[in-house]
This record gives sequence, C-alpha cells and structure tokens, in this order.
Amino acid sequence: MAAMKTVRAIGHRVVDAVWRMGSATRFFALVLLYSASSFRRFRLVIKELFSSGVMSLIIILVAGLFVGMVLGLQGYETLKRYGSESALGSLVALSLVRELGPVLAALLFASRAGSAMTAEIGLMKATEQISAMEMMAVNPIARIVAPRFWAGVISMPLLAAMFSAVGVFGGYLVGVVQIGVDEGSFWAQMQAAVDFREDILNGVLKSFVFGTVVTVIALFEGYDAQPTAEGVSGATTRTVVNSSLAILMLDFVLTAIMFRGN
Amino acid sequence: MQWFRMCDLFFWASTLSSTALVEIRDLNFTYDKRPVLQGINMTFPKGKMVAIMGLSGCGKTTLLRHIGGALKPSKGSVKIDGQVMHELDQAGLYAMRRKMGMLFQFGALFTDLSVYDNVAFQMREHTDLPEDIIHDLVMMKLHAVGLRGAQDMMPSELSGGMARRVALARTVALDPMLVMYDEPFAGLDAISLSVIGDLIRRLNDALGATSIIVTHDIQESLKIVDYVYFMAGGVIVAEGTPDELRACDTDFVRQFVHGEMDGPMPFHYPSGDYRQELNLRD
Ligand SMILES: Nc1ncnc2c1ncn2[C@@H]1O[C@H](COP(=O)(O)OP(=O)(O)OP(=O)(O)O)[C@@H](O)[C@H]1O
Ligand SMILES: [Mg+2]
Repeated sequence: MAAMKTVRAIGHRVVDAVWRMGSATRFFALVLLYSASSFRRFRLVIKELFSSGVMSLIIILVAGLFVGMVLGLQGYETLKRYGSESALGSLVALSLVRELGPVLAALLFASRAGSAMTAEIGLMKATEQISAMEMMAVNPIARIVAPRFWAGVISMPLLAAMFSAVGVFGGYLVGVVQIGVDEGSFWAQMQAAVDFREDILNGVLKSFVFGTVVTVIALFEGYDAQPTAEGVSGATTRTVVNSSLAILMLDFVLTAIMFRGN
Repeated sequence: MQWFRMCDLFFWASTLSSTALVEIRDLNFTYDKRPVLQGINMTFPKGKMVAIMGLSGCGKTTLLRHIGGALKPSKGSVKIDGQVMHELDQAGLYAMRRKMGMLFQFGALFTDLSVYDNVAFQMREHTDLPEDIIHDLVMMKLHAVGLRGAQDMMPSELSGGMARRVALARTVALDPMLVMYDEPFAGLDAISLSVIGDLIRRLNDALGATSIIVTHDIQESLKIVDYVYFMAGGVIVAEGTPDELRACDTDFVRQFVHGEMDGPMPFHYPSGDYRQELNLRD
C-alpha cells in the first residue's frame, strides 16, 4: 500500500513537472510572439537592462576577481609539479572563457536578477497590476515580460564576458604580481591557447543559452505565481533552484556538443 | 427575491426610451464548484449611474470582472453594446476594453511608475499624443482628484486614500464610455468622499458615460446614483431607484441602512454549527 502511494506520488510529480515545462514553453513562445513591440520601444528594454544587468554588475565583478585569483593559486600549485608554470595564463583563461565565466555568471545572475524578476512580476500579479493592465487593453506579456526577457538575453553574455575578463586579471594578480610567474609567458601562452571561434564564441553561445533559460524560468515563475505572499516567495525560490539546475545540466550538454574529442 | 418587483415597474418604464449599454442575462459563475453568481439579470442604461451593493463576499467584484471580460461565465452572458463579451477574441476584447475603465478595489497602481506616469500610462500606450498634451491631460485628471501636487511621488509613498484617488484619475484618463468603480469610497475621509462622489457624478454627466459603482456606502451612493441593485449570496435580492428604496421600507433595506447584523442577509459565510465547532456541549 505504502509502495503504491509512493509510486503514485512520484507519478504525480513527474506529470506535474512535464505539465509545467509545457506551460513554460508556451509562455516562451508567447514572449517571442509579442517581442516586436519591445524592439519598437527599445526604451523599455534599456530600463530593464539597467535594473537586471547593471545591478548585477558589482556582484559579477567581485565574484569574477576572486574566482580568477583562486584559479591563479590552484593552477600554479598544480602546474608547478610538471614544471609548466608558464602555462598558467592559458589555464586561467581557458577555464574562465569556456566554463567558469558563463556558468558562474549565469548562476549569480539567476540568484541576483532572476529572483528579483520573479518577485517583481509575482507581486505585480498579487496586487492586481497585471489584471489592471489587461483591463486597459495593454498586453502584459508585451509590456512587462518581453522587455525583461530581452534585457536578460542581452545582458547575460556581456556579464559573462566581464566575469571572464576580471577573472583573468585576478589570475594575473596572483600568478604574476604575487607569485612571480613570468609576465611575458603568462600573456603569450594565453594568447596562443585561446582560440576565438573554438573558445570565445562557444563561451558566448553558452552564456546566451543560459541567459535565455534563466530569464524565461524567472519570468514564467513570476507570471505563474499564486497571487499571495507565500506564492511569490515560493516562486522566487523555484526560480533560483530550477534555473541553477538548468544551467548546470545544460552546461554539460553544451560542453559535450562543443568540445567533444579535442 | 420578489421584494421589489413593484418598484421595478417604474424604473423599467422610465428607461424604455434609453437603450441599454450593458445587459447581463442569467449570469452564473462558480469558483471550483462553489457557486458565486447565480442567475443574475441586470441592465445598465446608457448615461446612467447604477450602484451594486451587498455584503462582503457576495460576488460584486466577480460580477465586475465578468463585465470586463476577465472571467468567463459558467452560464448566461454579459452583453456590452450588443456584443457578447465571452465570445469576443483577444482583439475584439481589447477593442472593447479600450472604451472601458475599471477602478480596482485595491487601486492596482503600477508600483514601478510615478503617479504622473500611472495616469499617463494609457495615453502613451493607446494614443500618439505629443508629450505636452499628455502633460496637460494628466494635470487635469490629477487636479480633479486634488493630487496635482503628488505627481512626482511613487505609489509606495501614497496613503491608501491618495492611491485610490490616483487610481480614479487613471481609470478615467481616456474618458471611457463605461466606467466601473470597485469601492471608490473605501478609505476616504468625509471631505474626499463627497468630492469624489461629486466627481464621479460629474464625469458621468459630462462625458455621457455609463457608470457602475460597487460600494458599501449606501448614504453617499443613494445621493448620486440613478438605480441600485442589492446582492446577497450571488443573487439579486432587491433593486430600485434611490427614492423607491428610501420609501420601500423592507427588512432588507433597513438592515443595510442601519447596518444591523440580523436580517434577511446573513453576515456569516455559510458555515457549520458554531457551538459544535467550539466543541461546546449543552
Ligand atoms: N480567485 C478566487 N478563487 C476562489 N474563490 C474566489 C476567488 N475570488 C473570489 N472568490 C470567492 O468568490 C466570492 C465572491 O468574491 P468577490 O470578490 O466577488 O466578493 P465581493 O462582493 O467583491 O466582496 P468585497 O465586498 O469583500 O470585496 C467569495 O466568496 C470569494 O470567496
Ligand atoms: Mg470586492
């Protein structure tokens, strides 16, 4: 009996999850459908770029610096065993550009900007602002959701690039300035190792995908939230959890496709 | 339900000449199997002000949402200007809503926009008016509700009554032909209350608009409206013009006017036996 119950509960959750994924996809399609007006009134997107992108900047820069510094230290310790400290530059840059930049920036973006988007839209729903807008014959997906979506999609690759740039600088600070790795070989190795198409474009592509996914999840959770205080707080939590999981899973998939066998 | 049939006759006779803007026929609605509206029939003639009154939870807001096309009836229909609301597609619905204004019960001001931008919202969304004309229009609307000085404030900085007045200015920003007010008087002091009451009446008369007012404030509304519907438990229990209602001295109106708890309209939401609930034994 108990086993039956467990099976049924699991079944319920799976059906529920699939159902939500379906609604989220439909929502995504609607956002794209109503995006034209965001581009006609780009002012709205710029306002959201400020509140999601610029506001995440500080946390991204600080985190990037520290991650780069840790990479410098750990990388040096490991490379020293093989006597190839001069490869530190390429190690730091490749780790950041290929993986850590897009992934960590996206995780930070999800918890900083994504959660804020969910809470904001959820509260708008709870206080009937969305209903009021619909009563004014203004489509809330076009007016509220689409500009935020494009702001997220645009700012994510930029934030990831800044994360990587600051991270490289952090690696330089620790590796060259503090430990004393040769500065010339640090930069030269980096320049030789990092390929524009293979590494940088793939990294940008990753962060573009992450930005899309995080923003869609955040907006969907907000728009779909129960219009109550608990509903909004639950939705905010789900945004952070679901988008973090989605980022890490997608990262594996994308990495497998992009860097297979070389 | 037949308390007021007598009084009706007079009203119908007087409105036969003017045409109805909104017609509600046999409207039924259930929330998760719980009936909220049951067989509502109402008529809102063009250019008139009609009040809908009733106790908390009797379905007034739900009714307004049907008129705005935000909810679909389980049975029956709402017809505006000859068009059945729940049969319109999105474009038709939006076209209809552009001619309507709705004051939400809790204001529903856009919290990320200033007072000025809230009132200007629909002008910017729906018209190509130049900014200086929008400015003048916004000032006129804000002046009418006495809040021209608050134009730069954000909704979070307003008191409840101020927010409601801003919401009122926003509702009538584009001079709609049908205006619905969900509790326009709640949270207003005596002065604002009568000013807003007058304002609503003047808007109605000056624009030739039709107004539907949901309210608990029987004294204020009897002063300004042309007709009143009383609802209880999802049905209409009484209706008539203010004069008729003052004259028709039933339990029902007395309960309302004097705020007595006992009367034909139950104060309690349907519930089990109170003594049993408290585990009291005789
Ligand atoms: N979203 C909802 N889900 C389920 N039931 C609801 C919902 N909204 C309202 N109801 C129920 O519908 C009934 C009518 O609600 P409504 O908001 O229309 O009342 P009202 O007459 O406007 O009351 P008030 O004067 O307090 O605003 C209530 O019993 C309420 O419990
Ligand atoms: Mg209500």
